[in-house]
Amino acid sequence: MRLRTAALLGAAIAAAGLTVAATAQAQNEQFIPGLIYRTGAYAPNGIPFANGVADYYALVNERDGGINGVKIVYEECDTGYATDRGVECYERLKNKGPTGAAYVNPLSTGITFALTEKAPVDKIPVISMGYGRSESRDGSVFQWNFPLLGTYWSAADIIMQHIGLKEGGFDKLKGKKIVLVYHDSPYGKEPIALLEQRAKMHGFTFTPMPVTHPGVEQKATWLQIRQNRPDYVLLWGWGIMNSTSIKEAAAVGFPREKLFGVWWSGAEPDVRPAEGGAKGYHAAMLQHGSGQFGVHADLKKYLYDKGKGAAKWDETGEVLYNRGLVNAMLGVEAIRKAQTKFGNKPLTGEQVRWGIENLDLSAARLKELGFEGMLQPLKVTCSDHEGTRAGRIQQWDGAKWVVVSDWYQSDDKVIKPMVDAAAKKYAEEKKLPVRDCSKEG
Amino acid sequence: MFYREAGQFKTDYAADQQIFPILQDRLFVLAVIAVAFLAVPALASPYLYTEILIPFLILSLAAIGLNILVGYCGQVSLGTGGFMAVGAYAAYNLWLRVPELNNLIVVFLFGGLMAAAVGILFGIPSLRIKGFYLAVATLASQFFLDWMFARVKWLTNYTPSGSVAVGHLEVFGWHIDTPADRYLLILGIVVVATVVAKNLVRGHIGRSWMAIRDMDIAAEIIGFRPLRTKLTAFAVSSFFIGVAGAMWGFLRLGSWEPLAFDINRSFQILFMVIIGGLGSLLGSFLGAAFIVLVPIVLNQLPGWLGVRMSTALLSHLEFMMFGAMIVFFLIVEPHGLARLWSVAKEKLRLWPFPH
Repeated sequence: MRLRTAALLGAAIAAAGLTVAATAQAQNEQFIPGLIYRTGAYAPNGIPFANGVADYYALVNERDGGINGVKIVYEECDTGYATDRGVECYERLKNKGPTGAAYVNPLSTGITFALTEKAPVDKIPVISMGYGRSESRDGSVFQWNFPLLGTYWSAADIIMQHIGLKEGGFDKLKGKKIVLVYHDSPYGKEPIALLEQRAKMHGFTFTPMPVTHPGVEQKATWLQIRQNRPDYVLLWGWGIMNSTSIKEAAAVGFPREKLFGVWWSGAEPDVRPAEGGAKGYHAAMLQHGSGQFGVHADLKKYLYDKGKGAAKWDETGEVLYNRGLVNAMLGVEAIRKAQTKFGNKPLTGEQVRWGIENLDLSAARLKELGFEGMLQPLKVTCSDHEGTRAGRIQQWDGAKWVVVSDWYQSDDKVIKPMVDAAAKKYAEEKKLPVRDCSKEG
Repeated sequence: MFYREAGQFKTDYAADQQIFPILQDRLFVLAVIAVAFLAVPALASPYLYTEILIPFLILSLAAIGLNILVGYCGQVSLGTGGFMAVGAYAAYNLWLRVPELNNLIVVFLFGGLMAAAVGILFGIPSLRIKGFYLAVATLASQFFLDWMFARVKWLTNYTPSGSVAVGHLEVFGWHIDTPADRYLLILGIVVVATVVAKNLVRGHIGRSWMAIRDMDIAAEIIGFRPLRTKLTAFAVSSFFIGVAGAMWGFLRLGSWEPLAFDINRSFQILFMVIIGGLGSLLGSFLGAAFIVLVPIVLNQLPGWLGVRMSTALLSHLEFMMFGAMIVFFLIVEPHGLARLWSVAKEKLRLWPFPH
C-alpha cells in the first residue's frame, strides 16, 4: 500500500511539474517547423539537408541573437518522405509558437502538392526551393507557393542547354536519343512536359522510363538503356534511387559522362556508393555547389568550435548540407524583410508571405551573409515566385564535385507559356481567384 | 452488477432479434453515437479532426469492407489499396467530368459501385484458388491497379505530375469546407455503412459467407452457391472499400497520387483487420484505432513526457514499439482486440463476483 501511494504521489507531482513547464513559454519567439526526414529510404539525402537547416537557425540564434532580437524556435518532425505523415507533421506543428508557423519547407514534391491545398486555408506559405509544382512560379494563381531558385522545368531546360552546347548547337540534337530515368512520383514526372516540348522543337527522340519508389529495382530499366543506346540519359531520382542508378549505369557500361542528374540527384551520398563507377557523372547545380564559403567560417566559430553543430565538421561542405543552409537563409531573410513592414516581433504566416514575395537579395547582401559564390542575386515578385532561374553543371571527378560550365539561364521563351497555361488550367479547375500582379505592390 | 439483463423480457421476435438485445448495450452505443455527433464537434481541435478522427473513421470503413471479405467469407485479399484507388479515381472522374453532379453522396456511391465491379472481376480467381494463393492473385490486382492509375493518363486528366486535386465539395447544397464539416459527413456515412454491414452479416447473405468460410465444400453440398456467395462477398467488400477510398482521396487528402493507395495501404488495412479481430465489425473499428493512433501517440509521447531525443531516434523507436505492441497483442489474444472486448464484457456480466 505504501509503495502504491508513493508511486501515485510521484506521478501526480511529475504531472504537475510538466503542466507548469508547459505554460512557462516565452513570447518573443518565431516558430519555424521542420518537415525533414532522417529515416527511411530517402534518409541518406535527407540527413545532411536537415543538418544544414538546423545549423543555420542555430547560427542565427547564436551569432545574431535571433532575427532582430526575435529568437527562432525550430522543431523537426520526421516525415519519411511519406505524404500522409508529412501532412500529419504539418497539422501538428502549424499552430505552435506565439504566432503559428512562419513557413513550411516540405522537402518533398508529394507533400508540397498536398500542402498546396491546405496553405491558402491555413495562411502559411510553402517554400519549395528547387522542387514543387513548376507552375507554382506564377504567384498570381499560387499565392502561397514559392519555388525559389528554380523549378523542375528550369532544371530540365538548363541541362538541355548544356547538352545543346556540348553538341555544338540545338540543331545538332536532331535525331539523337535522350532518355529520362525518373522516380515514379509527381517529382519525377515534372520535367517530362518540358522535355517533350524541347523534343518537338529540336527533333530528338525523348523516352521517359519510370522507376518505382523507392527505386532499388532498376535492372530492367538499365538493360533497356543498354539495348537502346541513347545519346544522353537524364536522372531524376532521390534517396537510394540515385546511387542505384549510377551503379547500374556502371554495370551496363553506359558512359557516365553522358549521364546528367537534376540538382536533387547530384550530391555526395549519390555518388560515393558507386565508388569509382561514378567518375564523370554530371549533375545540375541548384546555384550552389559543394565547398566551404563565408558562412562556414561563422558556423565553425559560433557552433562547431563550441560543439553545438548538428553534423560532423567534415560533412559541412557537402552539397545537400549547403542546400539546407541556403533554404534556411532564404526563410530567415524573408522573415527579416517582413519585419521591416510589420515590426520586430514574431510574425504570422501571412506576414511572412509578404516578406517572401518581396525578397530581394543583392550581391552585396549575399556577401554580407556569407553566401557569395553560392548564389546569384535573386528578386521575388508577385508574378515570379522563382526569384531567379540560373544554374550550372558540375561533374564528379571521383573525389569531389567540379564545376564544368558557365551560368545558364533557363529559357523563358519556352517555359513562360507553359507556366501560364498550366497555372491557368489549375485556376480554372479549382475555381481560384487570380490576382492581378500589376495592381499589387 | 451493472451489466445484468435481469428484468429485461422480450415479448416479440423483433425485440429478441435486435442487434443489441441488452438495454445497457443499446444505451452505450447510443451514447457513443451521441458523443460522436454532438460532443466532439463542440470540443475537438482541427488537429484532432484531420489527423485522428477522420483517418480513423475512413480506415475503419475500409477495414469493415476487408473484414467482410477476409473475416466473414474467408477469402484472403491483398488488393485493398487498389480497390480504394478505384473508388477514389472513379469518384474523381465523375466529379471532374460531370460538374453538375457535384454531390459527394452521389460521387462516393459511384466510386463504390465501380470498385464493386472491379472487385467482382478480380474475385473470379477465388472460385478456383484459396488461402495464400488467392492472396497472391489479389496482390496482382493491387499491382495492376497501381500501374493503371500511373500510366493511363485519361484517368488522371492528363496532369503532367500524375497528381489529381479536388475542391469546392458539397452535399445537397451543404458546402464542405471546414474539418468539422468533413468529420460530420464521414461520420454519417460510416454510421450508415456500419448499420448496413451489420444487417448484411446477420442475415442470409452473411450466413452464406460464414458457411463458405468455415467449410466451403460442405456449404456447397447443402446448397450455398460458391460463385454467387464469393462474388457477392467481393462485391460488397469492394463497395465499402471503394467508398472508403473515395473519402480518403476527397476528404482526407484533397490531392493525391497513386502512391497514396499502394501496397503499404493494403497491408495496413489487413493488419487492422487481423489485430482488431477477423469476423467482427467492432474489431474493424478497434484495429483501425490501434493502427492509426498508436504511431502518432508513440511519436508524440516523448514530447509529452519532456524527454528530448533526435527525430531519427524517435522514428526508429516508434517502429520498434509499434511492432512490439502488435506482437504482444497477438500473443495475448490471437483472435484480436474484439475478442478481448467480448471477454471483458463476459467478465463484466459477473462483476463484482468472480464466477
